[in-house]
Amino acid sequence: MQEREHIISMLVNNRPGVLSRISGVFGRLGYNIKSLCVAETMNPDVSRITLVSRANSNFTEKIKKNLDKLIDIVEVKELDRGESVSRELSLLGLVLTADNRPDILRTVDLFGCRILSITDNYVILAAIGTGEETATILNYLKAYEIKDLARTGAIAIEKGGGSRD
Amino acid sequence: MKMRGAKILLKVLEEEGVDTIFGYPGGAVLDIYDELYRTPGIRHIRTHHEQGAAHAADGYARASGKVGVCLVTSGPGATNTVTGIATAYMDSVPMVILTGQVPTKFIGTDAFQESDITGITRPCTKHNTLVRRIEDLAPTVREAFAIARSGRPGPVLIDLPKDVMQAETEYMAPEKPGSFHDAPAAPVDEEALQQAFRLLRESKRPIIIVGGGIVMGKASEELKSLVETISIPVASTLMGLGAFPGTHPLWLGMLGMHGTYYANMAVSNCDLLMTLGARFSDRVTGKIASFAPHAKSIQIDIDAASINKVVDIDVPVVGDCKTFLSRLIELCREAALTVRPEDRTEWLNDIAQWRKKTPLNYTKNGRIKPQEVIETLQRLTDGKAIICTEVGQNQMWTAQFYRFTEPQTFLTSGGLGTMGYGFPAAIGAQVACPDKTVVDIAGDGSIQMNIQELATAVGNNLPVKIIILNNGCLGMVHQWQEIFYGKRYSHTEIGDSSPDFVKLAEAYGAVGLRASRPEEIEPVLRKALETPRTVIAEFIIDPSESVFPMVSPGGALTDMRLENIIAHD
Repeated sequence: MQEREHIISMLVNNRPGVLSRISGVFGRLGYNIKSLCVAETMNPDVSRITLVSRANSNFTEKIKKNLDKLIDIVEVKELDRGESVSRELSLLGLVLTADNRPDILRTVDLFGCRILSITDNYVILAAIGTGEETATILNYLKAYEIKDLARTGAIAIEKGGGSRD
Repeated sequence: MKMRGAKILLKVLEEEGVDTIFGYPGGAVLDIYDELYRTPGIRHIRTHHEQGAAHAADGYARASGKVGVCLVTSGPGATNTVTGIATAYMDSVPMVILTGQVPTKFIGTDAFQESDITGITRPCTKHNTLVRRIEDLAPTVREAFAIARSGRPGPVLIDLPKDVMQAETEYMAPEKPGSFHDAPAAPVDEEALQQAFRLLRESKRPIIIVGGGIVMGKASEELKSLVETISIPVASTLMGLGAFPGTHPLWLGMLGMHGTYYANMAVSNCDLLMTLGARFSDRVTGKIASFAPHAKSIQIDIDAASINKVVDIDVPVVGDCKTFLSRLIELCREAALTVRPEDRTEWLNDIAQWRKKTPLNYTKNGRIKPQEVIETLQRLTDGKAIICTEVGQNQMWTAQFYRFTEPQTFLTSGGLGTMGYGFPAAIGAQVACPDKTVVDIAGDGSIQMNIQELATAVGNNLPVKIIILNNGCLGMVHQWQEIFYGKRYSHTEIGDSSPDFVKLAEAYGAVGLRASRPEEIEPVLRKALETPRTVIAEFIIDPSESVFPMVSPGGALTDMRLENIIAHD
């Protein structure tokens, strides 16, 4: 069975222990979580979780049915790539030298990166993009030794407003 | 009116109709026990181990159909219930477990008798909650009962810090009394129902498999009515025993690893398999590729996650068995569809041939055969006792030879397979049903896992009968060692270290009886059943007796060992 990336979007009660229940379901069914992003929605009682996992075609049915059993899950769905938009944010720390400085700072023009912090010898860039765009930026900067990297993983929502919240 | 947390807790329990709690006191629940002291409406049965309290609450729930409630202290009190909670979770038993917790300001500090019980039980509860604020107490407890009994029932744990039990707040009656109760059964998908009806109508060789969902869903009447309308033979999983009368001509008994020859042959040769409230355990299916290979399949389950989990289903129906069966019966009536047994002779004759060729059987040899003990018990109790079992051979012989006639009369740890379950569960069942005969069928190994509860049974004048089928070994594991491990009986022969069970019973103030010869079976059983006290009746059985038929793990259901082909030394 073919493996592919699945984006699961959930609305959950904003309470202690909820994330542990959800990750427990993935762990028990043997699915690895590639990325995970959690934050409050406009309703502070409800959080949105966007989660990416690589798995075969059984995945969605199994995961959805088992997540639906959790009392703290308000809604769970797999997002269709065509019917949703997704972005991820990356923060990159790079050592600046006289040689590499112009090339690194060109990412601002080339990819729309933002400079969040800069000193004589170190810069922190912020990059926002789709998974593919993020891969391109990382590929470009790979040559300059990325000292530090933090990525949110994908966050995504449906076009036209699919959720109840 | 302002009330302390402990009082609010008991008040909400009473609102929920709780009149019995099984528990064990300790430091973190002193305030609750103090309040219990002043609450005559709630009977508290103190067990002698928290595991016993959890199983007793489980047995109470299974026998009564109500939510079982268990109250224990923090730390070890709470962790001791984990096996009981996991047992209830696997078998979908509605339970609320109340655990004490250290005061909120000490949580996370490794305080004395602190354990992260919500963390520990997250994978084996339907839901759990740590109540950090007194304002959340009443709603949390009400919600716990609603969750425990709704949909696919299960255990819900509430962790109660000591300071929350001591704090005061305004007690508010529920906004809508009973609003959480009895959520209406979800409507059954009409299209799936029509499909199911069409398949039933066209089928020449149909079979129904029933599971615990029929018992929990109280759908036995509807099941019997449908079966008799269209003459479909019925087999059952372990958890489904009692859902359909074991004395009925269309009854095939249990299927699966230790199922009857004819049930397994019928499943393997049917053209339509309708599964009601069962989840296709590996003990039921054997090798999946060979399971019901010629059949179209219909599955109805209240839990969507139980459908298409193991077996691919042609007509999946998420919903309540009772509603589904009622609608099917209506459809039969509307279409004036009845199938009498004589209209299904070919299929029923095949089954009759299998039944005749290989009935459930055993060979008498001058020693006590466990099957004969259970057959005699069946006869003396008219198949109407509440029977609990431990786990292993005692459980399988009971499932095979006691013909249950009523739902909620067979209490066994089917999913988790917990040795030590049966006796405390029998205590719970006897508390729930004081006028019924309650029997625990045990082995000499498993009875010792919660033997301390003899003090609970005697202390509360509970006339539970414990039948010990003593073969001097951990029989089922011994049987596997004999068949699959070259007779290397590693650590399964326990006879030399077992206590004298008659003296043990007497030491606890119970009655001890023993039978060593077949002619003693009936008199000893009669004596036990007539004695209005806690009784241990020990039967020294033939240690070479094994459970057959037997399908090897992962084997096809048609590939049954029918007797022990390995000669005994």
